[in-house]
Amino acid sequence: MIELNINGRMQRVDAAPDTPLLYVLRDHLAMNGAKFGCGLGQCGACTVMVDGDAVFSCLTPISVLAGRRIKTVEGLGTIENPGPLQRAFIDEQAAQCGYCIAGMMMRAQALLEKNPSPSDAEIRRHLMPNLCRCGTQMRIFRAVRRAAQAMQAGDGASERSRA
Amino acid sequence: MRTWGLLVGTAILVALAAILIGSVSAQAPRPPAGNRSFDAALIARGAQLSAIGNCASCHTTPGGKSFAGGVALTTPFGTIYSTNITPDVDTGIGAWSEADFLRAMHEGVDRRGRNLYPAFPYDHFARVADDDVRAIYAFIMTRDAVQSTVPPNRLVPPMNFRPLLSAWKALYLRRGVYRPDPDRSAEWNRGAYLVDGLGHCGACHTPRNAMGAEKKDLYLGGGEAEGWYATALNASSPAPVAWTADQLTRYLRQGWDDDHGHAAGPMAPVVHELADVPEADIRAMATYLLAVMGGKEAAAMRTVASSADEARLESGAAIFAGACAACHDEGAGAVSSIRTVPLAQTTSLHAPDPRNVLHIVLEGIWPEPGEKGVVMPSFAGALTEEQLASLLAYLRVHFASSPPWADVPRRARDILQRKDENER
Repeated sequence: MIELNINGRMQRVDAAPDTPLLYVLRDHLAMNGAKFGCGLGQCGACTVMVDGDAVFSCLTPISVLAGRRIKTVEGLGTIENPGPLQRAFIDEQAAQCGYCIAGMMMRAQALLEKNPSPSDAEIRRHLMPNLCRCGTQMRIFRAVRRAAQAMQAGDGASERSRA
Repeated sequence: MRTWGLLVGTAILVALAAILIGSVSAQAPRPPAGNRSFDAALIARGAQLSAIGNCASCHTTPGGKSFAGGVALTTPFGTIYSTNITPDVDTGIGAWSEADFLRAMHEGVDRRGRNLYPAFPYDHFARVADDDVRAIYAFIMTRDAVQSTVPPNRLVPPMNFRPLLSAWKALYLRRGVYRPDPDRSAEWNRGAYLVDGLGHCGACHTPRNAMGAEKKDLYLGGGEAEGWYATALNASSPAPVAWTADQLTRYLRQGWDDDHGHAAGPMAPVVHELADVPEADIRAMATYLLAVMGGKEAAAMRTVASSADEARLESGAAIFAGACAACHDEGAGAVSSIRTVPLAQTTSLHAPDPRNVLHIVLEGIWPEPGEKGVVMPSFAGALTEEQLASLLAYLRVHFASSPPWADVPRRARDILQRKDENER
């Protein structure tokens, strides 16, 4: 039995210590935002945040997560009340099939929490580990830029206080 | 601090000698040679030699114009910026004659006779035959001229005083081009010439003394490059499986050998450059390096001598199972399309310190943009320093049959700090 802090809520999970966080999220907690893509840390669809950093949840065993803060796409906002990053992805229509988008958003969120006004080059470099097969990279890129501006303008205040 | 005391003391001791020896004549500025024409075959040979010397790595910034310099080279004495060696007259070496270039390579002085810092490895290039230097000159002088001024060096006094370098040279610069050893084969001699001369392998793979010079008694005994351990290539090579000439040749040309591992970190651009060098030259280097290693027998028969505590190993095993096994647990469920080096055979896990393994775990492995190559994700952020210590303890005991390294958390902190700075 291990206790995980996910989006600010403590969750007790009964799983072996080497179980990847992704399986716990999806199979034990029915949090299906993070996706299984490759299982090898090469596509980024499973990306979540741990203590503010973007990590591949498919390669992060829960044994390393005791006492650490996990944030998933469910922690960015709700359908009724999307967070600024989610809002920006909607406004830019950045999803085509959408499979990579939760991971993209979590990696982008990790960037914006550390660096609220990244340069274009910094956004590109930071998102490099996450792949999109549909080809919406330019929209994803614009959405991240838009979210940064929105957060800077103060729309992000509620998001940051929740984090 | 001891280093600096020694440094300053030695500097004062040899200051007089410096002034006496260091009286290299300054050459008057002269107009560029104008429309230089070089034989195409000479330029092509220069290109290959320049690749063996890996000029591009130090003289080209990532994404920057070729050979325009400006790469920050961190030394214990401060930061040195590589120079613009394109044929631009104002900011590059366009005004340099062939004689100027030859003198720079052999004696470490610029066109005006000022001492160059040995970050430019003229202690190796002094070995290079005049004809080869001329070919490199032809190659460099026919590259695109780039007007680009590099930032000034940031060196700790007194190292910013160039005349002092005459003292360094008096102590450590052995002049004279390579002389073949008549008792050795032509291939061995060719390899020694390339390894010690243009290839300047020792610049990273030989440890340095307090004055920043290579320790001759620890020739190719394992040094340092950009925070990585540059593996020992002599008898103390940590490779658990003895190299063969075929393997080493392939590794140097393709950056990969099934029995030893993958060229990562600062070695990656080296093998990238070597890919187009004639195989005979690479094979000669391999032949010579194998002789330096001394036909070392496989060290894999080591008996397990583990003093790691059980709890740490258990936690490391769980991390390995959840984070690494999908690719690395050969024969036990790893994805078959992923080709990894069997961990028991990777040189990094047998190295004297954990730096290279930590670099790879924390930074991942990425080919240059647009290049093919091995990919491994980064685990920075996923694992804490203590968890890395557990994982590495497990890897060492389980795969290398060796005791865990002692200072993993501190080393990990250093690497993460450097990574942060690079990304800023």
